[in-house]
Amino acid sequence: MAQWLNWLKRWAISLWMVPVLAWGAGPAVPIDKAPVTNDPVRLQHGAKLFVNYCLNCHAASMMRYNKLMELGLSEEQIKENLLFTGEKVGDLMTIAMRPTDAKKWFGATPPDLTLIARQKETLSYSGADWLYTYLRTFYRDESRPTGWNNVVFENVGMPHVLWELQGIQAAEITTDNHGSKHVRLTLVQPGLMSPVEYDRAVADLVSFLQWMGEPVAEKRKTIGIWVMLYLAVFFILTYLLKKAYWKDVH
Amino acid sequence: MTQKTGLLQWIDERFPWTSTIEAHLTRYYAPKNLNFWYFFGSLALLVFVIQIVTGIFLAMNYKPDGTLNAAGVPVAFASVEYIMREVPGGWFIRYMHSTGASAFFIVVYLHMFRGLLYGSYRKPRELIWIIGVLIFLCLMAEAFMGYLLPWGQMSYWGAQVIINLVSAIPVVGPDLAVFVRGDYVISDATLNRFFALHVVAIPLVLLMLIAAHIIALHEVGSNNPDGIEIKKKKDASGKPLDGIPFHPYYTVKDMVGVAGFFIIFFAIVFFAPEFGGYFLEANNFIPADPLKTPPHIAPVWYFTPFYSILRAVTYPLFGIDAKFWGVVAMFAAVLIIAFLPWLDRSPVKSIRYKGPIYKVALTLFVIAFLVLGYLGMLEPTPLRTLVAQICSVIYFAFFLLMPWYSKIDPCQPEPERVTWK
Repeated sequence: MAQWLNWLKRWAISLWMVPVLAWGAGPAVPIDKAPVTNDPVRLQHGAKLFVNYCLNCHAASMMRYNKLMELGLSEEQIKENLLFTGEKVGDLMTIAMRPTDAKKWFGATPPDLTLIARQKETLSYSGADWLYTYLRTFYRDESRPTGWNNVVFENVGMPHVLWELQGIQAAEITTDNHGSKHVRLTLVQPGLMSPVEYDRAVADLVSFLQWMGEPVAEKRKTIGIWVMLYLAVFFILTYLLKKAYWKDVH
Repeated sequence: MTQKTGLLQWIDERFPWTSTIEAHLTRYYAPKNLNFWYFFGSLALLVFVIQIVTGIFLAMNYKPDGTLNAAGVPVAFASVEYIMREVPGGWFIRYMHSTGASAFFIVVYLHMFRGLLYGSYRKPRELIWIIGVLIFLCLMAEAFMGYLLPWGQMSYWGAQVIINLVSAIPVVGPDLAVFVRGDYVISDATLNRFFALHVVAIPLVLLMLIAAHIIALHEVGSNNPDGIEIKKKKDASGKPLDGIPFHPYYTVKDMVGVAGFFIIFFAIVFFAPEFGGYFLEANNFIPADPLKTPPHIAPVWYFTPFYSILRAVTYPLFGIDAKFWGVVAMFAAVLIIAFLPWLDRSPVKSIRYKGPIYKVALTLFVIAFLVLGYLGMLEPTPLRTLVAQICSVIYFAFFLLMPWYSKIDPCQPEPERVTWK
């Protein structure tokens, strides 16, 4: 009997694992692991890049400027460095462009970025990994209306807004014997940053996007450790209490 | 009766306080051999309380409004994010509620499995079992409607797919679907009525059914892993020889279960609230967009076994669309569980004394259920549909063939008294 139950348990556990294995096959393009950081200075840099390069077409309408104080910025610093058009520090990170106009101009409304890192998450890579790869794989493509294309997001509507920093990449697209496409990117015109500097800047930006997706994430895990310690003690106490009460059950 | 004084006596002369406490706790005798599987009843009650309390606080801040705000984000979706970011402790309340939904189903599935192991549905507990199935149905409705409220892409399109099934009912279907939605598509009207049903109507029904479930249980007494009636052997004072008072023995024992459950529950809440996309799906962090159908729509994991059965029906019958028969099969798969008390003809209740046929049947049933759950998360392919069809047949065969196989299964004799240590 006990053996049979053990067997059943093992079955249940192994079946639970099956989806993980089956969904392990990711997209055709390898997604790089994002070197996400918790360093407040680098997150502040990411916030600055975000406000300067993203927050013109994309909103982060569920995020307030003063939430950035959790990254160690003071109200004054936010006002001086990140507010350009008379917003107040308690305002949401909205943009002036109306969604309906954006749709007319770009063909698609640029999505709100508050939760972008959480939206892109899959079982095989995190949202940050996807964003890190995406922002580094734009290449020149004259057949596109914007003149840009992307390896992980084919025919994307967004131009390469960071091209000034990265420079211009060209793509060499080959098809192998199995019919799958391979893209090789080469830097044909250097940008303001070296490839190493650019990767680091994108890592800062992506770390900020991940932070913005769930600002409480780090605090949540810290509290969680204390909760676990408390519950471990609680478990032992309840177990001893139960044992003491059950001593007289024969 | 203990000597009563002062306030307690004043109350007892006006309200059955002491007699109720005695009937349900201090003089309610439970078998002393209840094992691990008996934790899940009290845990289900605990999760219910967690959902009610966290739900009240969520409802204080949530706005069931499908219209778009100035930034083009649906108000309902944005209000959930404000709960996550701006309501003090809001993230904790929300994660408890979202984890609680999945925890409810895990606990209830294990609670039901316990019934299958030890024959808890057999006479005289048929009514407890039927009420339990009704609770399960209500729970599914509650979870389905609650899932629409965050107003993400999966909320929206999951509801769209499921409510569209209603339209497969012949003649009245399309009108009925409009009646359920309050509109031709899932819209603000749907969101508002689902909110009302999710926070008021169904919790009320659930509460009453849970009370009935427990009252019926305490009328006949708990079953136990040996599947024998402890009330058959009583001492001179009328107390069952193998029974112990629920309080304090099972209250302290259930506390151990609660502590163990909390360790797992809060580990998920604090360290993995999305649980790899099974409890909170990445697609549901995208606001609902009626114009953009996601490429792959799958229900949350706890519905997938039944969703698989629905999709496994691919043949039209009597000139009616296969989709309709899928819906019939899905509801039949839940309702057939209620008939177990009359399908099981075995002379013994517990799997401990049942023969090999039942052990094999239950193993196959569990495997089929898990495979159906797995397939329900994936897009169908011809092979997957075939496997789902085989598993659906196993699922129904477990019930429908039971009158036959439970009768011929060679059983062992039950013991006189419960086996203990």
